[in-house]
Amino acid sequence: MNRSLIISSVLHGALILITAMSLPFLAKKPLDIPPIVSVELIQIAEKTNIPFAPKAKKIIEEKKKKKLKEKEKKLVSEQAPPKKVKKTKTKTVVSLDEKKEKIDNQTPEAVPLPDKTVKKIETKKENKQNPDKLDQEVKQVSEFEKKEFVDLDNIAKLIDKAKEDTAEVVKKNNDITQDQDKNIVTSGLTLSEEDALKAQIFGCWSIPLGLPYNEDLLVRIKLMLEPDGSVAKTEILDHARMNKPGQGFYKVLAESALRAVKLCQPLRVPTTGYERWKELQLNFDAREMLEG
Amino acid sequence: MIVIPFKAFALIEVDITRGNLNPLPLAVSPLSIDEQSRKSFENILKEQNIGSEISTIVENNLRTSGLFNPISKDAFLQAPDIANLKPRFEDWNLIKAQALITGKVTYVDEKLRVEFRLWDVLAAKEMMALAFTTVPNNWRRVGHIISDKVYERLTGEKGYFDTRIIYVAEEGPKTQRKKRLAIMDQDGANNKFLTLGNELVLTPRFNPTSQMVTYLSYFKNLPRVYLLDIETGTQEVVGDFPGMTFAPRFSPDGKKIIMSFAKDGKSDIYTMDLENRLVERITNHPSIDTSPSYSPNGKFIAFNSDRSGYQQIYIMRSDGSDVKRISFGNGIYGTPVWSPRGDLIAFTKLHKGKFYIGVMRTDGKGERLLTENYYQEAPSWSPNGRVLIFYRETKTNAKGEGFSAKLWSIDLTGYNERLVETQTDASDPSWSSLLSN
Repeated sequence: MNRSLIISSVLHGALILITAMSLPFLAKKPLDIPPIVSVELIQIAEKTNIPFAPKAKKIIEEKKKKKLKEKEKKLVSEQAPPKKVKKTKTKTVVSLDEKKEKIDNQTPEAVPLPDKTVKKIETKKENKQNPDKLDQEVKQVSEFEKKEFVDLDNIAKLIDKAKEDTAEVVKKNNDITQDQDKNIVTSGLTLSEEDALKAQIFGCWSIPLGLPYNEDLLVRIKLMLEPDGSVAKTEILDHARMNKPGQGFYKVLAESALRAVKLCQPLRVPTTGYERWKELQLNFDAREMLEG
Repeated sequence: MIVIPFKAFALIEVDITRGNLNPLPLAVSPLSIDEQSRKSFENILKEQNIGSEISTIVENNLRTSGLFNPISKDAFLQAPDIANLKPRFEDWNLIKAQALITGKVTYVDEKLRVEFRLWDVLAAKEMMALAFTTVPNNWRRVGHIISDKVYERLTGEKGYFDTRIIYVAEEGPKTQRKKRLAIMDQDGANNKFLTLGNELVLTPRFNPTSQMVTYLSYFKNLPRVYLLDIETGTQEVVGDFPGMTFAPRFSPDGKKIIMSFAKDGKSDIYTMDLENRLVERITNHPSIDTSPSYSPNGKFIAFNSDRSGYQQIYIMRSDGSDVKRISFGNGIYGTPVWSPRGDLIAFTKLHKGKFYIGVMRTDGKGERLLTENYYQEAPSWSPNGRVLIFYRETKTNAKGEGFSAKLWSIDLTGYNERLVETQTDASDPSWSSLLSN
């Protein structure tokens, strides 16, 4: 009996020891929890989506409308690309700009496509005119691709649908914000194109140092450009100031700007999209340099 | 129904906010001259080709301004006489000239007639055409006037070439220095001594409205304020004042002289009306107030004072009210001079054993130190407020022996520093207003 009691006690003791050692949380120190920082979620739309001033808003809305029109055209070609053309697109290396040109431009100044591509487009035209051939072509593509191929009626419907959709979007976001403005810029020069042009003119413009820095030193010049970047015509937009008494500094500044344009030509303009930049306005502002 | 795709692009605008500050390359063609006129001028002026000489003056003036880079005449492709009639702009464009100066000199009725034209090479058009007639001896001034006209047409501000500089010509060892009043054209030509050197002369200052000069000269060991008419040579004592007198300077209208008198260990600022010789006290403070200088509109006065413990620049209204300290940088500030444009105040600063010539805005902000050296002071503005002339003392050899004082000029960029050649050592320069005004 005593023996059994001893064995039982020893076993129970061993069990308690093993249990104590196998429970690591007993040996753990309390976690060093950093003090609580309260985080408040706030709506930032009011701060970031600042509505434009009424005049700016009007201008931007006009740009927006143009943008939407372009988008509609894009939708047509993007939603219903003929299979053959789509394949050739993937084969040719086309920059974003060129792609945009192809999509939304049927104008002569668009980038000439490689021969192969042209050939395939022509083939597609033939298909349209010859329903029998078109059927054969359709048979060759998969069922999924067949569904993607949309006829002209469907394109028209899609345009209407797209118009409705965009109209709804415009209706919802009636107040155009500065964030949205980023999309509008795409109708101008890209940042790299603009930088290249600026860098070129910076080098050509000798700023007349004698000008008073506290005056309105902004000269706006409108240029008509040739496709190679040479200047066909220049027009000073505030020409009346040139001969105003007491505005001699403006004349000096305007002349220096004109010299810069002439010295720099041909200007470093993009190789594509002539219609886009054939008219260009340069705003020469000497204040930053003269205040220096 | 055929739908023609229509697309209108908004006018792309590009902001050009930077340019280069490189000097404008321009060509100064020698002024053409017929053989008969050339010979006539050679007899009168002893100059072989007056047309070339005038164009050289124009070229040098424009180069020293730091704003223009005259192209070497060796590169010119067109003869001066033809260029004056109708420049071949392609030729001038080829040598990278952006502006071209041409002209013609003739001898008419014993007078010098100079016509000149300024052309915009890139626009292929005439920008300006003027003619001057004067006595032949004035030929250098004609060169300066042409330079001023070209400078004004191309920079938008008035030039400063048809001006003179009055200064103290110094000769002899430092202990027995002979100091004479001297005057010269701004390019160093036509140097003349106005006093004999028997008495010590100090701080000559031009009247902004005339060719009158005020300066200090010692008489019986006391400084006196004098007035000197450069054109007539007449000189008069403005008055005997009790105690020491310092730094007289004209008011912008030329009708008053502002200066400081030292008495009983303190110094205050006074003005004197030149018509009725009435003296008016402007400051009344136990400190030392000196070097007063009017603002161009005459409403304010800049001066230096040690009322804060050490010498700093202050401004006040012309009646002495509303005194305000404007310099707060490290070091000692002195000799404030208000720019003729009114936007800046030039000063001398002493800091850690070095002297600086600098400028600050009239509220004391935007301090810019243009040049530093071991000893230099007394800045004076060109009439257009773009260039400062001052004097600098240097050791004559590397061992630090001897000393030499010379005039230097520096423009507001701080990069265009030039030695102004003088026959002797020179100090205390003062720039005149434009002579042709």
